[in-house]
Amino acid sequence: MGRTLDQVRYKCALGAMQTVQSIDRVLPILHAGPGCSDKLSTGNGNSGYFAPRIFPCTNLSEKEIVFGGEGRLRETIENALQVIDADLYVVLTGCSSEIIGDDSAEVVNSFRLQGKPVIHASTAGFKGNNYLGYEWVLQSIFEQYLDDGKEYETEKGLVNVFASLPLHDPFWYGNLEALENLLADVGLTANIIFGYDRGLKNIGKIPCAEFSLVVNPWLGLESARLLEQKFGIPCLHYPNLPVGAFETGKFLLALSEFAGLDVEKTKKLIAERERKYYYYIERFADIFLENRIMSKRFTVVADTQYTLALTRFLVNDMGLFPQRQYAMEDVPARHQATIREYFRDMNYGIEAEISFETDGHAVHDEIRKADYMGYPLLIGSSWEKKVAEETAAHFLPISWPLNERLIINSSYVGYEGALKFLEDIYSVVLTRYT
Amino acid sequence: MTIDLNSTTFGKREERLGSVVGYVGTIKDLASQSRCGSLKDRGRCFSQSSSCDAGCVLGYISHIRDIAIINHAPSGCTAGASSVLTNQTQLASKRGLPYNTVILGTDMNESDTIFGATGTLHDTILETYRRYKPEAIFVTTSCVSGIIGEDVDSVIAETGEELPIPVVPIHCEGFKSKVWATGFDAADHAILSRIVVPPRKKGNFVNFKNFNESARDDIVEMFRALGVDVFMIYSNTTLEELSHVSEALATIAICGTLASYLGNGLEQRYGVPYIKTINPLGVTGFETWFRDIGRVIGKEAEVEAYIERERALYLPKLEEVKKRLRGLRVVLGMGSSFAFQVARVIQELDMEVAYIASWHYDSRYDDGNPPPHVQYLAEHAPRDFDVSVADQQNFEILNILNRYKPDLYLARHPGTTVWAVKQGVPAIFMADEYMSFGYKRTLSFAYTILDRITNRSFEKNLSSRIRLPYTDWWYRQESASLYEEAR
Repeated sequence: MGRTLDQVRYKCALGAMQTVQSIDRVLPILHAGPGCSDKLSTGNGNSGYFAPRIFPCTNLSEKEIVFGGEGRLRETIENALQVIDADLYVVLTGCSSEIIGDDSAEVVNSFRLQGKPVIHASTAGFKGNNYLGYEWVLQSIFEQYLDDGKEYETEKGLVNVFASLPLHDPFWYGNLEALENLLADVGLTANIIFGYDRGLKNIGKIPCAEFSLVVNPWLGLESARLLEQKFGIPCLHYPNLPVGAFETGKFLLALSEFAGLDVEKTKKLIAERERKYYYYIERFADIFLENRIMSKRFTVVADTQYTLALTRFLVNDMGLFPQRQYAMEDVPARHQATIREYFRDMNYGIEAEISFETDGHAVHDEIRKADYMGYPLLIGSSWEKKVAEETAAHFLPISWPLNERLIINSSYVGYEGALKFLEDIYSVVLTRYT
Repeated sequence: MTIDLNSTTFGKREERLGSVVGYVGTIKDLASQSRCGSLKDRGRCFSQSSSCDAGCVLGYISHIRDIAIINHAPSGCTAGASSVLTNQTQLASKRGLPYNTVILGTDMNESDTIFGATGTLHDTILETYRRYKPEAIFVTTSCVSGIIGEDVDSVIAETGEELPIPVVPIHCEGFKSKVWATGFDAADHAILSRIVVPPRKKGNFVNFKNFNESARDDIVEMFRALGVDVFMIYSNTTLEELSHVSEALATIAICGTLASYLGNGLEQRYGVPYIKTINPLGVTGFETWFRDIGRVIGKEAEVEAYIERERALYLPKLEEVKKRLRGLRVVLGMGSSFAFQVARVIQELDMEVAYIASWHYDSRYDDGNPPPHVQYLAEHAPRDFDVSVADQQNFEILNILNRYKPDLYLARHPGTTVWAVKQGVPAIFMADEYMSFGYKRTLSFAYTILDRITNRSFEKNLSSRIRLPYTDWWYRQESASLYEEAR
């Protein structure tokens, strides 16, 4: 049988409009149906300089479906250039325009030939999800905007950073900022293209970086590899988003070694940071240890980034035990075997089983049947609320769809992030007593 | 126009109701063109993303408890499922009701666009029943299923025979209608044609079509005063309850855009009178509407008694606050009904309507008559004023706000309130359809306006620190200068 999409955890490739929207002053132009952007803009943090209602869209109707929509696309781009003040216009094609066979790339090229800042990415919804759409948009930017004929001078200590899926991951912004700060701590400068005051300025610096850093189990890797091919920029793939002392220390060391920095200096920095971090852990250890109701075992149902990061934190920092873990973003099969290994090298030889799933109903069935040796700790998305109620779990939603929590720029990354994560978990735990 | 309940499909609004998404003119011109049936849609050569009928269907039909919706579409078309279901669950829990509706999708992929996915749809319908045992399964279509020509009706007819529950297609391909409100009709068509059964006997209740029933308690109380029950749809209803709407004394609604299909359909098919007056926003609207209900269900005396009581309670207070609102100039951006109904309330409160942008406009309803609220406004406006049909086009709205420089902007539907505020115009997001319903809420609406225009801190703080995304060139153009005929 075909796939049943029960509890949707990802959007379609056109959801990459959010990737574009996350780059300051870069505007998506949609060659798509009237409702696409409306449906894909769920989540918070949408009303920036551009917002979904600002995105030009051909709003394809019956007429274009029958007679073709290239003319409609042409006039939409032409007028977008006049009406909206953007640095770069990224034409994204949706299902309808691709099935009817519009040659959108050709239309876009005619603008590029006139020197207009317009590029194109094929993001038909049926071709893949928004995680893949993110890569396709990055690749379009690298291929069509960055000039690979030019000589770029390498800037010492500059690092291209790719981590969470912008706007889709509720913590994307905070994660990037936290990583930027960690890099700065060891003397590196993060070159991030998403978020506040970055935009084309930082896109232009991509070919000048010493290396690219991908902090994600798989997402962004192929785009970074493209930078390697085109501009000879090496890539450090660090699969685990570091949360807590144990993992953040490892991350800083790996980073320092790759960048050829003074490792002893980094070790000193780590020691300092850990001293402060454990000052807080010590102060609150009574809450963590002398608590009648806190879970002993946990499950994360999220995109792999969090499933891995939070599993490692809870095991390696907090001494909890993992039940089966779930990666829900339709991870491409070619990455799955490697990702399994990441769940096998934790303290004391502890391993976690990881399932790559897209069917939330099946996951919930397994959670209901599992024995958590007490109250489960369930970290997931809004979809897990019901199963958490049924299993009397401590429930913290952190992953899209996240409907009943507002995240602005907080993050669980690093030392501070881990403390924030503990605040959030125990704010749930403390609502009950047994 | 007669509503045909024998077909799985139905006419889109452009065909049935002469609906348009592009127009510029004045209230008097719009009223007269609606009467003559001469209104023509004007296309745009530039547009921003709007909404589609499929999104409208998912948001609306999911109000019903314990059904399953299968969206035959790529994943993105179902991306809103969780937020919609969360909201519906919150609405149900407010009333202490269980809510178990689910929204699934067929996650159509590239090979489906070539070979079709009717097999997947068949399996998904069966699997959905096995998992959730819903009261019914509604299958919604999409742009992709429409363009590749999936024979959804046949799959549903075949699969439906294997299951003990109704399996019902809802045709809402996103490209089909330029008017997303066609989605309301798509949902109503499915309910009317497949769920509603002939009356067993006449009931002692009225159907009240609305969105989120936020004023439910007051409305129940109001109808108790008339000695009848009120059945609010679709929020928190069950299919069993809905199947008996044919037994109602009358159908009433908060919004003509929302209720035209179901209201007129029930009237045509089962003789349930549909109240077609202006809607119950503001004092005049409320009294006109409530009196007509009283007339139709034979409760005139009770209605008059209710009106007298409420008038005594609220009119003096309304007179008080009106003094402080007098002369404020207001721009409105809302749907085809609310835009003109709230404008009437604005005039009642002694403010001036500077401009109305209606998201779409139905030049007649399913009974063949032009919308009464536009006729009313054209007759009662102190002077003719400008109107456009703006299809939620943000660039047109900001241009209009820049030109008319109102004291206040009122909007329904997300996507423009924030931008008015960013442009420095105080604005109120009137998503709650009951925001100026009846006496009590008209009063609180008046105070909300007063509060809003008094404390301008947020818009002052924000607008002084941000840049707007439109070029100076655009602000120098007329708002309709990117209509096709304008070039």
